[in-house]
Amino acid sequence: MNKRIYIGLLCLTVVIALPFGTDAFLGRSWVRLLDFALLYTMLALGLNIVVGYAGLLDLGYVAFYAVGAYLYAMLASPHIGMHWPLWALLPMGALLAASFGAVLGAPTLGLRGDYLAIVTMGFGEIIRIFLRNLNITNGPAGIDLIDPIQIGNFSFGSSHSLLGWDLPSIYNYYFLFIVLTAFIVLVSYRLSDSRIGRAWAAIREDEIAAKSMGLNTRYLKLMAFAMGAAFGGISGVLFAGFQGFISPESFTMGESVMILCMVVLGGMGHLSGVIMGAILLAILPEAFRPLSQFQQITFGHVWLDPANLRMLMFALALIVVMILRPEGLWPSPVRRRELHQNDAMPASVQKEGP
Amino acid sequence: MDIFLQQVINGLVQGSLYALVALGYTMVYGIIELVNFAHGEVVMVGALVGLSVIERIASRGDTGWGVIAIGVLVAIPSCMALGLGIERVAYRPLRKAPRLAPLISAIGVSIALQQMAALIWGRNYLHYPDVLSNPQFHIGGAVITQVQLVILATTGILMLLTWLIVQKTALGRAMRASAQNPSVAGLMGVNVDRIIALTFLMGSGLAAVAGVLVGTYYGVGNHTMGFMLGLKAFTAAVLGGIGSLGGAMLGGLLLGVIENLGAGYLGSVTNGTIGSNYSDVLAFLMLIAVLVLRPSGLMGERGSEKV
Amino acid sequence: MPRQLIPLVLSLITLGLVSCGKTSAPNSATSGEMTVLIGASNPMTGPQAHLGKDNENGTRLAIEDANAQGMTIGGKKVKFELVSEDDAADPKTGTIVAQKFVDQKVSGVIGHLNSGTTIPASRIYSEAGIPQISPSATNPKYTHQGFKTAFRVIPNDTQQGGELGRYVASKIGAKTAAVMDDTTQYGQGLANQFEEAAKAAGVMILTHEHTDDKATDFQAILTNIKAKKPDIIFYGGMDAQSGPMMKQIRSLGIPAKFITGDGGCSTEFLSLAGTSGEGAYCSLPGMPIEKMPRGEDFKKHFNAKYGEIQDYAPYCYDAVMVMIDAMKRADSTVPAKYLPELAKSNFDGVTAHISFDDNGDLKGGVITVYQLRSGKWVALETLGAKP
Repeated sequence: MNKRIYIGLLCLTVVIALPFGTDAFLGRSWVRLLDFALLYTMLALGLNIVVGYAGLLDLGYVAFYAVGAYLYAMLASPHIGMHWPLWALLPMGALLAASFGAVLGAPTLGLRGDYLAIVTMGFGEIIRIFLRNLNITNGPAGIDLIDPIQIGNFSFGSSHSLLGWDLPSIYNYYFLFIVLTAFIVLVSYRLSDSRIGRAWAAIREDEIAAKSMGLNTRYLKLMAFAMGAAFGGISGVLFAGFQGFISPESFTMGESVMILCMVVLGGMGHLSGVIMGAILLAILPEAFRPLSQFQQITFGHVWLDPANLRMLMFALALIVVMILRPEGLWPSPVRRRELHQNDAMPASVQKEGP
Repeated sequence: MDIFLQQVINGLVQGSLYALVALGYTMVYGIIELVNFAHGEVVMVGALVGLSVIERIASRGDTGWGVIAIGVLVAIPSCMALGLGIERVAYRPLRKAPRLAPLISAIGVSIALQQMAALIWGRNYLHYPDVLSNPQFHIGGAVITQVQLVILATTGILMLLTWLIVQKTALGRAMRASAQNPSVAGLMGVNVDRIIALTFLMGSGLAAVAGVLVGTYYGVGNHTMGFMLGLKAFTAAVLGGIGSLGGAMLGGLLLGVIENLGAGYLGSVTNGTIGSNYSDVLAFLMLIAVLVLRPSGLMGERGSEKV
Repeated sequence: MPRQLIPLVLSLITLGLVSCGKTSAPNSATSGEMTVLIGASNPMTGPQAHLGKDNENGTRLAIEDANAQGMTIGGKKVKFELVSEDDAADPKTGTIVAQKFVDQKVSGVIGHLNSGTTIPASRIYSEAGIPQISPSATNPKYTHQGFKTAFRVIPNDTQQGGELGRYVASKIGAKTAAVMDDTTQYGQGLANQFEEAAKAAGVMILTHEHTDDKATDFQAILTNIKAKKPDIIFYGGMDAQSGPMMKQIRSLGIPAKFITGDGGCSTEFLSLAGTSGEGAYCSLPGMPIEKMPRGEDFKKHFNAKYGEIQDYAPYCYDAVMVMIDAMKRADSTVPAKYLPELAKSNFDGVTAHISFDDNGDLKGGVITVYQLRSGKWVALETLGAKP
């Protein structure tokens, strides 16, 4: 028991010290990157409920992120002159995104895996096209001058000093995001072992069997969609307040794909894995930035364009990781065991029969 | 009426290009149930290889369809090699992996190919050389160009050829068998690995032709051109019923026509409230409607043969 | 619960690895010489990468030229150094790059290319007090957020679209027009301004259609336009679309004239549209390069190093030069010291005579209309307030 408390304390210290250490060693841009990594963590955890827990492939997840972001942007900016506080908008964003999830889910849940994927992708594109063309969302120009997040009199958008330490806004956001991420982790963790979580697992493994055991699969799948969407909405609300400006180009199909990559690369259905996947993929493209300096030092001149090379390395990393660890970097122990059982069988037997 | 006819003609031409690309998706999916996200990028490489070859020949002053044909003939083996390489490196090791792992590696391949193309051909939008005089023909007030006719004819012939190979040859029989049940096909003496490789070979060859045709038709090539095209073609394949050859053809043509009619008439039908900018919304709504009514696509009936 | 710790440890390790790759900022002054960093942020990957590279080249050329002159500021010999980063035209990446520039203590920023990245980044520069000059972001909002550090050396959408609308009515003599845009804030902003001004000048707008900035097939929309028989078609958007569009206009047998803004006024348009482009109009902010005192020189100079100019390279060049000019007058490269001088700029650039209004917008910018004649853009007329 004692050991657990120590580890917990150590964990807490690391989380609190992280932005300070990062700032000291790497600079503020990396603290900002950490903030984004946390936003992505929330998104990945939300998608994990849909993909990892319930086994429904969703390629349009970014739509829920957009719903949350636009809700905050419209109701907390000079755009239509309303300045609602966070405590009202955060649950509203979650609720609105959840209802979008249910609306999307209702007609489409009868579909098989890959068909569902393309329908969700279509849904994501539809949302983006509407955001881009509607007048109330200000079309392609987006919404600017969004209020920074504020709780009571504490504005996250400006610097504060605490015991002589200067805390710039990216630090404030970091701690806010950490709290919310912890909340989402907790909910996900509790869900995974709950009645609903086990029902989801049953559906994921064998839908027909689950149905015949008397599970209301339709309702359960809708739940998964709505829950996942709610987390996306929360993340969107935070993103809008953090960035201060949003436009449709932040909510493209590529973003959905990236979030899916985080979930799968980390280890579907396993919280630690998903968190790691999200942090890794959010940081990786930035980590490859010094490539031009590296080339300069190694070869004397920049012979391949660093920007392209950076994305190329990122892509190769995706492929290599998948080949070496197809179950994800950090899968749940159960899942790993399942996969190792199959190791003995020849490749071609893997596919299900007709 | 002539406007309607024109929209349909344009839609059919665009749709037949979708269909040609969709074939690649559908054949691969039929056999290994993988959404080959990188297929659009293979089309892009085909287009850019073709562009380089055609430019080289055109710079000597040669013109005409012969130049395009040479471009196609060089692009086909390049894309086939690429397709084989992708299968070998990124997909084969993952055949027994969880279902989403190959999808992620496919996304990786897609990004990697785009970046490599940017390193090779640069970032500019490249001009596809004008080697055709491209005469126009008039049918009932609508215009159809020679390039459009050639695209329709080429895709028609290629579709027919693919269908014949799949339905009438021993190779095709092996492909269908592997699609239905790879383990039993293996027991019957079919080399499933080889069949899968051959499927990639055929799909990539078709992609090469589609790439050069797309480049010639629109006159532009760029390292990002494959992504949207691939997405649309994938949508078409699902609309028709993924895994079905006829479905890919039907889905492609349908998607092309819907898009064009949507862009053409949405504005006047809704009196200007919803304009051509919503034509993609219409296309996706159609897709959702079709799938809700027929969950396996238009021609992907349960129990039908898939390749 | 202990398992929850591992991702944190792993991400720390990642950070550690990254820090190894990071070399110390090259801001160290060697004896008597001072290195001044200038940041440039443009999309170097993705569909707009060709414009990003062009911007980078323009910026780099200016910095090389400034270094060749050998400047002394505040009693020290100054060497300017370019820090170029890729923002992928993504607003989020844009803010990370901005923060990076702040960390590296750049003295000024030239960028970003897109309004979508420029606006969120401008808040970070404003907080850090670092002057930012955008060579190509035309969204009016950028300079209307109340930030003292935000400038641009290109007229915003309002101005260019308006001039073109009036030009179409008075000089081309069009009675009817069809308007198209690419549903980006740039293209749509321009198209809306055009529509308004053209209407006011008595041109009937038959339709306003929207396409996409990734599209290559415009035939459905064009067929629609064909049925309405306009005198002229206006397109708000970039050359990668307007080039192929021009081809499709002619192959559908539409006889209408064609006019587009600065996004299509490029050499890329020439090659993409081919012979179909003949007779097309376009506009560029500023005087034609040939008419500027140093325009021809700049063109030759640029071509020799980087090939043809795509779009905004001259503006990047000017942006750097205006910034350095302000540093010279303030006799300091410290942002807080030269920022007031930058606002008071009065500088003869390649693209225009540059001075800023209270918002940081270019004052009294002019627009030049060009026409494509036998494979070349020929300057027809310069519109708007003369400097």
